[in-house]
Amino acid sequence: MSILARLTEKSWDASSDSEIDNRPDRPSAGAVGLIVYFAVAMVMFSLLTAAYLMRMGLHAAMGHSGEDWVPMPDPPLLWINSAILIGSSLAWEVARRAAMRDERRQAAQASFAGAALGLGFLVGQWLLWRHYQAAGYYLSANPANAFFYLLTALHGCHIIGGLVAAGRALVARNLRHTGLCALYWHFLLLVWLLLAGLLVST
Amino acid sequence: MPIAIAIALLVFGSVAFHLFSPWWRTPLASNWSSIDSALDVTLWICAAAFVLLNLFLAWVLIRYRHRAGHRAHYEPENSSLEKRLTIWTAIAVAGLLAPGLVAWAKYVSVPQEAAIVEAVGQQWQWAFRYPGPDGVLGAAAVKYVTPDNVLGLDPLDPFGRDDLLVEAGDLHLPIGKPVKMVLRSKDVLHDFYVPEFRAKMDLVPGIVTYFWMTPTKTGTFDILCAELCGTGHHEMRGKVVVESPKAFANWQAQQVSFGQILADAPPAALSAMLVRASACSVPGQAIATAFPTANDIIRSAR
Amino acid sequence: MATTLADDLRPLHHPHSWVTRYVWSQDHKVIAIQYSCTAISIGLVALVLSALMRLQLGFPGSFPAIQPDNYLQFVSMHGMIMVVYLLTALLLGGFGNYLIPLMIGARDMVFPFVNMLSYWLYLLSVIVLVTGFFVPGGPTGAGWTLYPPQAISEGTPGHQWGIVTMLVSLAIFVVAFTMGGLNYVTTVLQARTKGMTLMRMPLSVWGIFTASVMGLLAFPALFVAAIMMLFDHLAGTSFFMPTMQSMGRITPTEGGSPLLFQHLFWFFGHPEVYIVALPAFGIVSDLISVHARRNIFGYRMMVWAIVIIGALSFVVWAHHMYVSGMNPYFGFFFATSTLVIAVPTAIKVYNWLLTLWRGDIHLRVPMLFAIAFIFTFIHGGLSGLFLGNVSVDVPLSDTFFVVAHFHMVMGVSPVLVIFGAIYHWYPKIFGRMWNETLGKLHFWITFLGVYAIFLPMHYLGILGVPRRYYALGETAFIPQSVHLANEWISIAALIVFAAQGLFFINMIWSLFRGPKADPNPWGAASLEWLTPDTPPAHGNWGAKLPVVYRWAYDYSVPGAPRDFIPQTEPRA
Repeated sequence: MSILARLTEKSWDASSDSEIDNRPDRPSAGAVGLIVYFAVAMVMFSLLTAAYLMRMGLHAAMGHSGEDWVPMPDPPLLWINSAILIGSSLAWEVARRAAMRDERRQAAQASFAGAALGLGFLVGQWLLWRHYQAAGYYLSANPANAFFYLLTALHGCHIIGGLVAAGRALVARNLRHTGLCALYWHFLLLVWLLLAGLLVST
Repeated sequence: MPIAIAIALLVFGSVAFHLFSPWWRTPLASNWSSIDSALDVTLWICAAAFVLLNLFLAWVLIRYRHRAGHRAHYEPENSSLEKRLTIWTAIAVAGLLAPGLVAWAKYVSVPQEAAIVEAVGQQWQWAFRYPGPDGVLGAAAVKYVTPDNVLGLDPLDPFGRDDLLVEAGDLHLPIGKPVKMVLRSKDVLHDFYVPEFRAKMDLVPGIVTYFWMTPTKTGTFDILCAELCGTGHHEMRGKVVVESPKAFANWQAQQVSFGQILADAPPAALSAMLVRASACSVPGQAIATAFPTANDIIRSAR
Repeated sequence: MATTLADDLRPLHHPHSWVTRYVWSQDHKVIAIQYSCTAISIGLVALVLSALMRLQLGFPGSFPAIQPDNYLQFVSMHGMIMVVYLLTALLLGGFGNYLIPLMIGARDMVFPFVNMLSYWLYLLSVIVLVTGFFVPGGPTGAGWTLYPPQAISEGTPGHQWGIVTMLVSLAIFVVAFTMGGLNYVTTVLQARTKGMTLMRMPLSVWGIFTASVMGLLAFPALFVAAIMMLFDHLAGTSFFMPTMQSMGRITPTEGGSPLLFQHLFWFFGHPEVYIVALPAFGIVSDLISVHARRNIFGYRMMVWAIVIIGALSFVVWAHHMYVSGMNPYFGFFFATSTLVIAVPTAIKVYNWLLTLWRGDIHLRVPMLFAIAFIFTFIHGGLSGLFLGNVSVDVPLSDTFFVVAHFHMVMGVSPVLVIFGAIYHWYPKIFGRMWNETLGKLHFWITFLGVYAIFLPMHYLGILGVPRRYYALGETAFIPQSVHLANEWISIAALIVFAAQGLFFINMIWSLFRGPKADPNPWGAASLEWLTPDTPPAHGNWGAKLPVVYRWAYDYSVPGAPRDFIPQTEPRA
């Protein structure tokens, strides 16, 4: 039943009784909750991107100045970290498929690999920060730097949250959670690729 | 029952309050009668809706109050009635939006012949600047500010030399001549607001904002700050004097130009100004350390 | 994370001790009451602040303890507490938590643990907010809008620590709300009982659901703005901070855009108005329908209007910024989009009136509040047309007209609904009845009092009296009569303030001494009145979940023996 048909139902009519049982095809609450959360996180990162572009001076006409903007260089570590996160996401995908086939051991191993790679990404990001700090790109020196630290920090917080959830799922050996973790990791990868694209292209 | 009477009384009371209250717009002293008439149109349409809807409410409350044996009418919806109401509402809304947008179109298009006057806000006082004979304001920015150059004019900009500075006096405007008020803030947000002119606009540090109007009445009016700017917000006052072109010219002839200030400045002050001017991108990168203001906070908190 | 299915009792959390039942509870009803009590407590703080403000405005100079700094701090904390910590938390955290599962026939929220976490984080945010009163320099006095640069620069009270506690508290609140909001949205989507189609849900659920979705999408803007301002303040970045002169020095910040903050703030701030309004719209629809014994008129239109208002409210934010110095050409777009919202909003008003029309109106206390809401909402909604209508806003912005408008439309109106809703559901929540006489007295003083407060303010605003002024001082265009008006307004405000005592006395006394309430005292058709126990027990529905056969508004159906048919009654 389409959403339009649902929202135009004349629910006071006796004819609406035929739709009485619409529950079996509902996805799990966890998946729905997670997808709603993706919308929230997406709005947050989109707003930061909009702020980034405004502050950069894309809308000079609106009176947002951007003359002081000095972009940061793109060190190779940025690419290495991205590759690690892609690897992490792939591992989670393997875990998800294994979980769907009910292969517990393989799912657990792949999940573990995914989580470990996620941790590796975080360490890589930390090294990237250190690298920038050493090169004199301090947080307060330039708005471009400030945005970089802010965006990576918020993304990193999401990874940490994912690691906590993954840790709990691994301890509980709950296969259903593997799928949710994989979904979450893919989303974080997507966000990271968009952010990296933004940082590299400007 | 009492609630129906109360609502009817509140409606009549509100209308009476409107008619007899001593508080209404200040007498207009600028060309913005179009804003006033847009407000009037909005008021009449809204007042009609207010009276009709609430009197209907009062009537319904009496007519359909609970009585023994009375039963409500069952009617889930009535599409044609709802459609008609929607269309009439849309028409009424369009009716009040149209004059509003027309007035706004005038508000945003500054006439070519408008004279330029700058108002500079800082916590919690106003200062003003006139472009002088060349009709152009010299470049200015907060980074040029020194104790002898409080409005932050660029001492190297030749256009600024003839600018007339009014650092502590009133703003003077000639009657009947459109003026583009250019607004600049040295610290936080402010808002240039003269109730009799109707127009207002925020002063935003870092950018230059503006609005325009034509004074149409001679007299002295209060300038208020209409954007919360800190402890002294309510005391940030100025005066604007609207006068005949002749009186205005006389007044202007007595004002000090930036060139004169430069000429009178002691050498030390002059070099301070020039140092500011040549350090193109002032502090940002030079002073920046990882956490400069955190220490300041801790210090000032103590 | 299993869904609570119709015949699935397993996933429920089972409390074993007093502590897990009433303190670390995962029961949505207990969490709702925790949310409500916390919100009302902090709301009382804001109410006291408003009384202090009125003392200063009505009798300037008589209270030397209230200095300009204090006044601005009262203004700021009053605004922020009322909008975010009282109204949002009470309507969504309180009513949302209590009503959603009961109205859609669920045993609990789908993520009860997250729900519990949401409350405790909310409590933490309130505690952090309150610490603002005790830090050196006091709470922030930058106005509830917290505009930079003044919020974090010299000359504004609380610019050192008060603003930090405020921003941190807001960030925590956003996290707490996100946890709650995810729950409300997912519960409505996933846990409806058998037969509860979307269009059979009561409008309260629709209002709360839409507001939750909006909150989830709007609060990130506040979160981002708060974090960025914290960076500016504590780490010396310049997201929002331009080069400026502060205490005679030129600041090291450069190029930041105060307007960027305003855009972010109002991208949250405008939907926030409807996050408060939509649950109120939904709840008041139910109150009117039940007490007028009539189905809500144009139910489908009401649902669509809620959804359309919710969607449109994301494209009107810059109508708060007509004179902010943003590109003035934006004014055309935002004025038009703003006034377009007036149409679905007006439809809602018409449908409330048409629900009363040909009804069988019982004027009990909850209904009185609902009717008062219609009156104040019409008033506040119409004054909004002045401010939305871009050029008319120019003289009125930042005057008392604005104060009068938003208090009428998003202060008084939702609060009247909240009172009505508390009186309406109290017998179900606590199983006892309140005192009718006290309730009516409370209603009359509150309703007439608030109108006496806010009607004159509109006229002061049209005259040009600016808002957020500690004292009007000697100003040529302000006649003596304005000072007199301020006195009257303050007296009315203090009377209304005192009258709220009646409400608390009534509620607390009735909790212990009130007569036992009927399980369905108003003869309502929706599910929450059909629980096997009153107050509803843990798990809400006993052994078996209810099955729904009709919409929530079968009142006075021709041929039916009673003037309402419960949702669980099968069709003949």
